[in-house]
Amino acid sequence: MSQALLSIRDLSVAFAQGGEETLAVDHISFDIAPGETVALVGESGSGKSVTALSVLKLLPYPAASHPSGEIFYEGRNLLTTDETALRQVRGNRISMIFQEPMTSLNPLHTIEKQVGEILKLHRGMGEKAAKARTLELLHQVGIQEPEKRLDAFPHQLSGGQRQRVMIAMALANEPDLLIADEPTTALDVTVQAQILELLGRLRRERDMSMLFITHDLGVVRRVADRVCVMTDGKIVERGATKEIFSNPQHAYTRHLLAAEPKGEPPQANLSAERVMEGQDIRVWFPIKKGFLRRTVDHVKGVDGVDVTVRAGQTLGVVGESGSGKTTLGLALSRMISSRGEIRFDGQRIDTRSFSDMRPLRRQIQIVFQDPFGSLSPRMSVAEIIQEGLEIHEPQLSPEERDRMVVDVLGEVGIDPEARFRYPHEFSGGQRQRIAIARAMVLKPRFVMLDEPTSALDMSVQAQVVDLLRDLQKRYDLAYLFISHDLKVIRALANEVVVMRSGKVVEAGTADQIFHNPETDYTRALIAAAFDLAAVPGGVVSE
Amino acid sequence: MSEFQSQAQVQRVRRRVSRPWLSPLNRRRWQNFKANRRGYWSLWIFLVLFILSLFAEFIANDKPLIASYNGEILFPVVVDYPEEKFGGFLAVTDYRDPFIQEEINSNGWMIWPPIRYSYRTVNSEIPEAAPAKPSWLYTQEERCGRYPLGVDDPNCTVGNWNWLGTDDQARDVLSRVIYGFRISVLFGLILTGASAVIGVASGAVQGYFGGWTDLIFQRFIEIWTSIPVLYLILIIAAVLPPGFWILLGIMLLFSWVAFVGVVRAEFLRARNFEYVSAARALGVPNRTIMFRHLLPNAMVATLTFLPFILNGSITTLTSLDFLGFGLPPGSPSLGELLRQGQRNLNAPWLGVAGFLSLSIMLSLLIFIGEAVRDAFDPRKTFR
Repeated sequence: MSQALLSIRDLSVAFAQGGEETLAVDHISFDIAPGETVALVGESGSGKSVTALSVLKLLPYPAASHPSGEIFYEGRNLLTTDETALRQVRGNRISMIFQEPMTSLNPLHTIEKQVGEILKLHRGMGEKAAKARTLELLHQVGIQEPEKRLDAFPHQLSGGQRQRVMIAMALANEPDLLIADEPTTALDVTVQAQILELLGRLRRERDMSMLFITHDLGVVRRVADRVCVMTDGKIVERGATKEIFSNPQHAYTRHLLAAEPKGEPPQANLSAERVMEGQDIRVWFPIKKGFLRRTVDHVKGVDGVDVTVRAGQTLGVVGESGSGKTTLGLALSRMISSRGEIRFDGQRIDTRSFSDMRPLRRQIQIVFQDPFGSLSPRMSVAEIIQEGLEIHEPQLSPEERDRMVVDVLGEVGIDPEARFRYPHEFSGGQRQRIAIARAMVLKPRFVMLDEPTSALDMSVQAQVVDLLRDLQKRYDLAYLFISHDLKVIRALANEVVVMRSGKVVEAGTADQIFHNPETDYTRALIAAAFDLAAVPGGVVSE
Repeated sequence: MSEFQSQAQVQRVRRRVSRPWLSPLNRRRWQNFKANRRGYWSLWIFLVLFILSLFAEFIANDKPLIASYNGEILFPVVVDYPEEKFGGFLAVTDYRDPFIQEEINSNGWMIWPPIRYSYRTVNSEIPEAAPAKPSWLYTQEERCGRYPLGVDDPNCTVGNWNWLGTDDQARDVLSRVIYGFRISVLFGLILTGASAVIGVASGAVQGYFGGWTDLIFQRFIEIWTSIPVLYLILIIAAVLPPGFWILLGIMLLFSWVAFVGVVRAEFLRARNFEYVSAARALGVPNRTIMFRHLLPNAMVATLTFLPFILNGSITTLTSLDFLGFGLPPGSPSLGELLRQGQRNLNAPWLGVAGFLSLSIMLSLLIFIGEAVRDAFDPRKTFR
């Protein structure tokens, strides 16, 4: 093997909290050769980000410490070098891009200032040279019309554009090693494909090494030369990407590989009873201008959409972020006001007031995206689940209510004895099960699932999808399943609506959509989701 | 599984998981509070002082605690006995009168509180013209010089000492400090509590409903807070007879505004939390959502503010008293003590006593406030 660019030897990271030490990274070693891409794969909490941050000593010292190990970069141990020498390496020889493009750019500075600052600082460039180089960089990372973007502030750019700017900043000093910490996780699948393509191209052009951290095996297969699989702070398997995917040795790797949401949705049955119907749904947000705040125009969140959700069936709503899919769901469940006729169980509900809706609320339930935000941190699990019962079945005695909580927790696969604990003691997947239990305890007929799996690890996603399918079969539930992830949609939905900019682009049964997509937009979505391939030509948003 | 069995299982489960008295979050907060040693000790010292001062009548009073007279047990500290009972003629007995004392002592006994002066008792036996120095600065002869029997007088005891001297009306400073501390803290607590209730309620409504409600309320508050409070109090004090409750009411009119900002911001932020949307989707009424889901969020900010508002209230009352627009003349108040200190520069014990009692009280409260802030700081870690 050639001389390694970065060599991590026997590295451990410990965090001290409240007098206790927890080991986040446990004696790991790996090398990155020049020009090579190594992926660190693992689920949340496996220690992969901590490993990456310790390369540049960006951990919160002294709460974090390294009980053992060395990190050699070009023969120098980074863990023992002083801060001044380290600053020469940081951002200069080794650059990093982070997961959240929203928060890693300073919202108060223009793009030109943020990229130019690095050039002036590390390269000592003058005003003019920096500007020229900034333009060149922005061009390289594929920002269209970079001259116009120089004066833009981060909030004026889309998520994908922001990530491109981040990459431009990371590349400004032509580093030898780029550390990418989940660079595409916060992005839409279509944008993810574009960013991955960009990173691959830049790496080839510059012969750069890359340490790529992700939980998504699909991404790994696309970008990495070698893979290290991490769990509980240890590397359990390593090897060339092809080998790992074709012949996984460790049980955990196999578990990860098998974690894609599988299974078939129920057969589409167009004669099933119509539970929820919306006709020409419109949600327009007014744009007010001037002294008198007169409405000059509207942002059309949802613009004339027809949907039908049937009992025992799932309608999948797909689209990029900002396409209005969540707004549509909220309008149907009457959480926001909308125009257009909405029928639930044959009766019109779009004319009902908030308090008139209350009796129907038990039959129309919502499961939200973020399992960390949707459970009140101050209530125990039992209290959270009981809240709806207290309103809709006030005649129940506390014992009966408690029995229902125990039953529903059993159904969603949570130990009923844990019901007096608080949400923070549960993992993301368990919390999402609790959120599902809260909806299910009321025995609803219609459930709106707003990206219920996108905040979860891949293997947990599969379990949640199985659980949802199971519950649907047992109670003949009607699902409105909102997601940007076509893989999950394919496993669950039998009818699909593809949305873009508030309008329906394509609608039909899942079979039709997945096998015979009619529009370019749908085809681009499918390519991005299943092959991580970017489609050229501005079919999808940038 | 039969009905009975499942019932038994539920029972068993419930017994095994007993909930602790404090939620884990609150236990962590209490740990954080205790970890701030200064604040923790301040809390204890303050509580001891405050609880002692609540029983001021039993510590410093011009009436005996218990007396036995002709075989009857009397409680002069709680019951007003007419002087006829002891052969006098006043409507309320003056137990400091040597005649009454002799009458009771010869027909029974009496137990005095450690300090035999109430806040308004005038000591007519001070060795020199008021204000008199603290008793421990005089010799035994000087101290007892004005008593009828001199050094041998039974009333020339430690109980009749003026530990911190007297003010310019020959009233005992220590007992005035004790009563003044009590009235200041009570005033502060009631004012803070009442303004918290009003402020939190109005902030909650504004933050939760937003829109026009918020807009109108906010403009109203802007106008309201631009009224110069001190001048208004001066004007009202000139019209209404100043008293504890009237002062409290006037100051309450303005002090609730302090809470509105934080609570409103907290509600504005939290009303779009997913668990609040989830509760709305369950059909939970607005009132319940506000109380159960949003108020706990706002309470953190409110509780952090409380000790500082409390301090502010006490300081305002003191300054009004100092200017002479506060509590009615004769009431025990630290502000009035400071004013006496300022007028009688030849009697430094007045100013020093007022300054020390105020600064100790305010410092204790600030230290407690700091510890409370630590306790509620989620990012606080201890290494």
